[in-house]
Amino acid sequence: MSLLGLHQPGTTWLHRLPAAAKLGGLLAAGIVVVAARGPVSGVVALAVAVGLAVWSGAGLRVLFRAVRLLVLLAAVLAAYNIWQRGWERAVEVSTDLLALVLLATVMTVTTPIDEVLDTITRALGPLRRFGVDPERVALAFALMIRAVPTTLDLARQTGDAARARGLERDPRARLVPLVIRSVAHARATGEALDARGIAD
Amino acid sequence: MSRLELRDVTVRLPTSDGDVAVLGSTTLTLAEQRIALIGANGSGKSTLARLLNGLVTATTGQVLVDGIDVAADGAAVRRKVAFCFTDPAAQLVMPTVLEDVALSLRRHHKDKRQRRTAALRVLEQYGLAALADRSVHSLSGGQRQLLAIAGVLATEPDVLVADEPTTLLDLRNTRAIGDLLFGLPQQLVLVTHDLDLALRCERVLLVEEGRVSADGAPADVVETYRGRA
Repeated sequence: MSLLGLHQPGTTWLHRLPAAAKLGGLLAAGIVVVAARGPVSGVVALAVAVGLAVWSGAGLRVLFRAVRLLVLLAAVLAAYNIWQRGWERAVEVSTDLLALVLLATVMTVTTPIDEVLDTITRALGPLRRFGVDPERVALAFALMIRAVPTTLDLARQTGDAARARGLERDPRARLVPLVIRSVAHARATGEALDARGIAD
Repeated sequence: MSRLELRDVTVRLPTSDGDVAVLGSTTLTLAEQRIALIGANGSGKSTLARLLNGLVTATTGQVLVDGIDVAADGAAVRRKVAFCFTDPAAQLVMPTVLEDVALSLRRHHKDKRQRRTAALRVLEQYGLAALADRSVHSLSGGQRQLLAIAGVLATEPDVLVADEPTTLLDLRNTRAIGDLLFGLPQQLVLVTHDLDLALRCERVLLVEEGRVSADGAPADVVETYRGRA
């Protein structure tokens, strides 16, 4: 289960910070982390992100479980970059990636999704005159966050199904059902939103 | 009690082999408190149920809820008619239990605190208050279905259409959800394979090959279905 998308109630300063400040901070951090060049900025960003993640009260063991697949992906990226572009670039890319995902996790762990929806709806309010529906944009944002644990859950289920048929080493047996089930789930979610009148 | 009307409704769906009739010409009025739709898989009973909430559009004919045409004002109909799916996983769209119920209430309560209080009240009503901050992914099948029902009933609709809500549940949860559904003040249209639940309704419709083949007292229609199965 990914922590991204799951609010954990708490009383830390991060929990009390308004959602708008956290969203703004996340946006600013994203720009700075991507704009800053070199391995040092990436390592500093990762250290800050780890500090904030620990401070959010999620717990180190839980955090590691949540990002272990991402750590694996970052390691693969790092290996590729060492081979292609040198160790400095490898450190920069992998630490930037980990830092940004951890910061996004901190935001979702410390902020109820309802507050995120309200904040985005308020922020996009002035765009109503240009035909933008802030409620719909906010809902799309919330669904995107929710899609992370849902897709991981589907990946686990299709992995189990492939193993049950002795096809655990066949990427097609894992990927094709995952894509089909993800699309089917997205359609079913749209249908459910329609049925609840949320999309009206 | 709401009046659900189908006037000469047909539903055809496009397939690779051309249009296929999923529901033949159907005219009926549903005005009882509890109505069951029974029939084999693929018989068209879910299509019939989905018409009532506007999830499926009639190819011809009219679907009316208290005189409101579903095709003309689907939003107004959905405020009156809630829909509950077989698999609650698709229906629960927010990360936590409380947030999912709060989502249903966004139109009714603009103020965040009022919305939270109202959502907590709904959770208490359905015995889910202790799970308010839990991830929807961590719930059992029965809890998920209960939450899905609570989520759609939070807005206090007049009618609940439930499409096989107990199919994925064990015996204990089937009984619990069944008792909940039959204790609701809302009018209930229940699509089900559970004939014990169908027998608790006032009216049962048997759907076979895209048409209503039997319609009447539960014991008679269930007996007809058993004879044909």
